[in-house]
Amino acid sequence: MAKLRQCAIYGKGGIGKSTTTQNLVAALAESGKKVMIVGCDPKADSTRLILHSKAQTTVMHLAAEAGSVEDLELEDVLSVGFGGIKCVESGGPEPGVGCAGRGVITAINFLEEEGAYDEDLDFVFYDVLGDVVCGGFAMPIRENKAQEIYIVCSGEMMAMYAANNISKGIVKYANSGGVRLAGLICNSRNTDREDELIMALASRLGTTMIHFVPRDNAVQHAEIRRMTVIEYDPKHKQADEYRQLAAKIVANTNFVIPTPIEMEELEDLLMEFGIMEAEDESIVGKTAADLAA
Amino acid sequence: MTTLSREETDALIAEVLEVYPEKAKKDRAKHLASNDVSVEQSKKCITSNRKSLPGVMTIRGCAYAGSKGVVWGPIKDMIHISHGPVGCGQYSRAGRRNYYVGTTGVDTFGTMNFTSDFQEKDIVFGGDKKLAKLIEEVEQLFPLHKGISVQSECPIGLIGDDIESVSKKGSAAIGKPIVPVRCEGFRGVSQSLGHHIANDAIRDWVLDKRDGQPYESTPYDVAIIGDYNIGGDAWATRILLEEMGLRVVAQWSGDGTIAEMMNTPKVKLNLLHCYRSMNYISRHMEEKYGIPYLEYNFFGPTKIVESCRKIAAFFDDTVKAKTEAMIARYQPMMDEIIAKYKPRLEGKKVMLYVGGLRPRHVIGAYEDLGMEVIGTGYEFGHNDDYDRTIKEMGDATLLYDDVTGFELEEFVKRLKPDMVGSGIKEKYIFQKMGIPLRQMHSWDYSGPYHGYDGFAIFARDMDIALSNPTFKNLVPPWKKVEAEDVKKAA
Repeated sequence: MAKLRQCAIYGKGGIGKSTTTQNLVAALAESGKKVMIVGCDPKADSTRLILHSKAQTTVMHLAAEAGSVEDLELEDVLSVGFGGIKCVESGGPEPGVGCAGRGVITAINFLEEEGAYDEDLDFVFYDVLGDVVCGGFAMPIRENKAQEIYIVCSGEMMAMYAANNISKGIVKYANSGGVRLAGLICNSRNTDREDELIMALASRLGTTMIHFVPRDNAVQHAEIRRMTVIEYDPKHKQADEYRQLAAKIVANTNFVIPTPIEMEELEDLLMEFGIMEAEDESIVGKTAADLAA
Repeated sequence: MTTLSREETDALIAEVLEVYPEKAKKDRAKHLASNDVSVEQSKKCITSNRKSLPGVMTIRGCAYAGSKGVVWGPIKDMIHISHGPVGCGQYSRAGRRNYYVGTTGVDTFGTMNFTSDFQEKDIVFGGDKKLAKLIEEVEQLFPLHKGISVQSECPIGLIGDDIESVSKKGSAAIGKPIVPVRCEGFRGVSQSLGHHIANDAIRDWVLDKRDGQPYESTPYDVAIIGDYNIGGDAWATRILLEEMGLRVVAQWSGDGTIAEMMNTPKVKLNLLHCYRSMNYISRHMEEKYGIPYLEYNFFGPTKIVESCRKIAAFFDDTVKAKTEAMIARYQPMMDEIIAKYKPRLEGKKVMLYVGGLRPRHVIGAYEDLGMEVIGTGYEFGHNDDYDRTIKEMGDATLLYDDVTGFELEEFVKRLKPDMVGSGIKEKYIFQKMGIPLRQMHSWDYSGPYHGYDGFAIFARDMDIALSNPTFKNLVPPWKKVEAEDVKKAA
């Protein structure tokens, strides 16, 4: 049996982490890999395309009902969906109350203690909330958890800022543990020269763009049916894109401590690709009235 | 040990600081000083109310301790909820002997622990619902309570629970005041911020609730502010004020009620005992209601007489006359106590290290017994406390702020006082060193020490400690023999 590989998917909120992860995981399962998804987001939408459900019942909600997390059994929280993919959602509070980060910590500790990471698994994927706002959302990349981080991004300014910031976070944990940046996944937004831009960013960060996932409506068509493209329309060319991504991840051995870049360098890069215009310092802090005068 | 000169005191401080690493030495040096009675403002010689250094064994508490343990806890007819995990409430339950009258569990709740007992799920999903339920249950189980305070433990501040809105809703539902207090333990550098936060909560949620309501006042209405009734202190105080012809409308918070708090803005004069923990609300009442406040000291006859005359000066001649009559009545009792104990205690030296007001307030009581305080310091004092201390202490005596375990031990070893007045954490260290220690937080489970009645007990307790034959027998017989052999050999 091959060694279990634990991977975490990070990226700016709304970039398509959950959709990409589930399509990728479906492709891996299709190729015979044993995979588990751990959703680390209170929204609990990391497994819906695999389970065809609105939202899986989460570890934390079950724990709250039962009294405490110690009262739960693994089978209470683990659901099996398409391709034998095991699914768990950490769960958490409604926006504005409680502590979602603590929910992630509690849920992951529970999975470890209950032996969810069994020996038959080839891959575990953590699908983590967009912004690493506190220690709880860094839980998946702490010691003995995910060793490979994939960042989903696109050729948009904020997505790239986020990718660079996440790299900074990885550096912090890379020095104390084994976590490494494993690549950027470009989830295309159809901006100009997007692939070149992300490749350029990847090389500055010391990694590669592992795959360029083109934009295709098939993803949305599948999503409406709460399915991955792999399951909904396995012959579609978009399904092949995810299969390629899966194959590249299986073959990937390029794990690095990233070299995040300074804000200025990032802005230069964006300007080079025409995403950002050179700042005109003379207009900073001037109101419309000032400028008209 | 004879009294040190300024040069000797400064040299002692320098010598004790010598073992610290450079950075710690620099920081701690600011908190240690030899007293200079000519200095008006203590900021020129001592720094206080700063973050303690890690590793120095500070004995400070936290903001929750300041609010729940000190200011709010003794309000006896309210239920004080320790909101958060169970430990903070349980391990501070009934920790201070704030005596009160009433039937515990029925109309008074002082020694009980009410907690929301947070579990993991309450952290993750928030504790608001649990708090609302707790309020409901409190109302059902303890219908005679007069209000609730919500004392925040650390997690409440971290997860951002909206205790204010739960309190407002709950208060409307049960028709009683519910006071949310944001006294999370991690706030501030000591319990001192907790006092301030608790005072602000009183200001915002309690004090103005009877504004504009009719009230039958007299020209003699006063409130006792900042007496926590440790061992009955506030009672020993109250009877004197009443003998002076004053009407004590409220006492906070020892043996106090929320109704008394609400009536306090109607008084003519606030009598402030613990300046450190209750000066904020006293100032507020002075600003908003025009009620002056007066700091007084009821430790030992000298200070009692001084304070009573100062208080009487606010009122008419009948109060002044009654005050003089009271002083005259108690004087023989005081003379008798001093005649009994002073010969045994005269010349004995004391070092103090306590909290709020006692590092300066008890000096007079010791002096009445012929004793001398040669070192003093505050756990969590601010510079206004030291301003007031400089005048009470002798020149070139030692002042230590937020003293470390090491420093206090070294100072005691070098100054060799006959007695130390401090707390439970210090007690056995110094007693094992052969120095009697009286706890000056809890009165060593004795008291009261306030007022004339209290002085009788204070004098007896100091004598008990100092005249205890145990301290002469600390060397076991076999070591005594050795010691004598060594002497003979030499």
